[in-house]
Amino acid sequence: MDVQRFERMTDFAWRLPAQGAMRVPGVIYASESLLRDMDDKVGEQLANVAALPGIVSAAYAMPDAHWGYGFPIGGVAAFDAAEGGVISAGGVGFDISCGVRTLHTGLMEADVLAVQEELAEQLFWSIPAGVGSTGAIRLNSTEMHDMLAGGARWAVGRGWGCEEDLQRIEEQGCMAGADPDAVSDHAKRRQRDEMGTLGSGNHYLEVQKVTEVYDAETAAAFGLRPGQIKVSIHCGSRGLGHQIGTEFLTRMAKTAGQYGISLPDRELACAPIDSPVGQRYIGAMRAGINCALANRQIITHLTRQAFARLFPDVDMPLLYDVSHNTCKLETHEIDGAQRAVYVHRKGATRALGPGHPDLPPAFTAIGQPVLIGGTMGTASYILVGTRESEQRAFSSACHGAGRAMSRHQATRQWRGRALRDELAQRGILVRSPSDRGIAEEAPGAYKDVGGVVESADRAGLARRVARLEPLICIKG
Amino acid sequence: MQAHWEHFEHLADIGVRGYGDTPAEAFAQAALALTAIVTELEAVRPVEQVAVRCEDEDLEYLFVAWLNALVFEMATRRMLFSRFDVQIEAGVLRATLCGETVDRERHRPVVEVKGATLTELAVHSLPEGGWLAQCIVDV
Repeated sequence: MDVQRFERMTDFAWRLPAQGAMRVPGVIYASESLLRDMDDKVGEQLANVAALPGIVSAAYAMPDAHWGYGFPIGGVAAFDAAEGGVISAGGVGFDISCGVRTLHTGLMEADVLAVQEELAEQLFWSIPAGVGSTGAIRLNSTEMHDMLAGGARWAVGRGWGCEEDLQRIEEQGCMAGADPDAVSDHAKRRQRDEMGTLGSGNHYLEVQKVTEVYDAETAAAFGLRPGQIKVSIHCGSRGLGHQIGTEFLTRMAKTAGQYGISLPDRELACAPIDSPVGQRYIGAMRAGINCALANRQIITHLTRQAFARLFPDVDMPLLYDVSHNTCKLETHEIDGAQRAVYVHRKGATRALGPGHPDLPPAFTAIGQPVLIGGTMGTASYILVGTRESEQRAFSSACHGAGRAMSRHQATRQWRGRALRDELAQRGILVRSPSDRGIAEEAPGAYKDVGGVVESADRAGLARRVARLEPLICIKG
Repeated sequence: MQAHWEHFEHLADIGVRGYGDTPAEAFAQAALALTAIVTELEAVRPVEQVAVRCEDEDLEYLFVAWLNALVFEMATRRMLFSRFDVQIEAGVLRATLCGETVDRERHRPVVEVKGATLTELAVHSLPEGGWLAQCIVDV
């Protein structure tokens, strides 16, 4: 990207002044080198988002931002319903509420190294992953409705987890305002056999060791010490969320003109928040969030069962569960006043600072854990939300490394089997149904996650707490 | 024109593009491109048939509806398809998909397609003759 197009706000914040159809400026949080390496499409897409009706403050991009469809991946934007603000299916994406949760294990590195192969096999056979995989759970229409209304709370009620888990999930495990009736029969059919499945692409389950602590006090409060073993699960709302995205994207693209919305890009498909289609999407999207929360809860249960076969006394409480692709009605201080706005985060993580009323009691004094996924061969990070993040980007941070290379390029450069062997030599066991899938997700196809996280930290979006490295990775 | 398909680059996802003498032929080729994201086409035996119908007055939206119908059938039937007979008349698309149930050992499926997007969406005739149909699909 041409840095000259931007005004330098700080060493880690860059402003694209409002011009043309833009109603507000664009702001990218990144080091100069990350900004330079970003594709031009990020700036173009950010400018398009800034042109949507009712946008508040600015259109933001996180340090891991890259070319998406409509919104950049790593994009954040808030809209005010009272000012004709819109909700955009393209601003949430197909994988509604895709996110990460991290579990404690009480185990140390040596415990896992002694049984690393067996544990990898147990997990690979316990967690349905990849194309064509199905879960053991079949939902009838009543249960489907209850799942879409209840999220992880429904899953815990069915015995897949415990009440304590719910205290460590955004929205206490259940997104209010979900409207299962706004979810089409097609979307429900797509989900019928997919509960408790990991999916494919960049979705994974990793067994990780804590290798470094940057902030001892916060790390202690989160329960993180070097040498400890954690498990992170990255997946979303599966076929149901994909189908909701598919249906509303087209519907919103076709109806935008009726509401007098001129779309700079069809993929920014949106509708006024207060319109019938906008309200229906919000209800369906919230049901999609609940599907993702339920799905991660069931996978957590399967993970605990797999661990218990090798470690009968293992206790695996949840550290936290946070989503990446959502739109949520939140109250933020904007220009000195409290305003309720619809915050779209597409490939971005909510990062609430200490004292925020939506935080679970355990994190009120500290701030929210912000879970940043790695790339099978590189580190993941745990950060903590900061107070100033509210002013930076409606309390948002990056969500992962961010892709730097296309899938085709990656398969030209790497072979899955060789990559798996190379990672095994480095002590990382990868299990996946597809070697080509491993090549497409090669760690080298992503940005340097360390640089991304450092930018988020230096920009004040969230503060680094700990670094985790993979020992086992189950790829979808 | 010799009907054919190809992929084109997108940073996170992937583009599918079909060429043919008619829009229907280009649509069928793009469907092959979509399947080729998931698996090797040669590995999919066309032993079972599934009928699909979708409609839209706009040819580009019809193309998106077509690919999404294919994604839906792949996902809900746990099938892969390697032959497509497509007919389009007055905004209505009728197709027969030929394929088989996913065999994870034999097909080694790589990645699932979540849906067809409106990004880089284009359906048009070409100056040299024939038709092109393309868009980015989310994987």
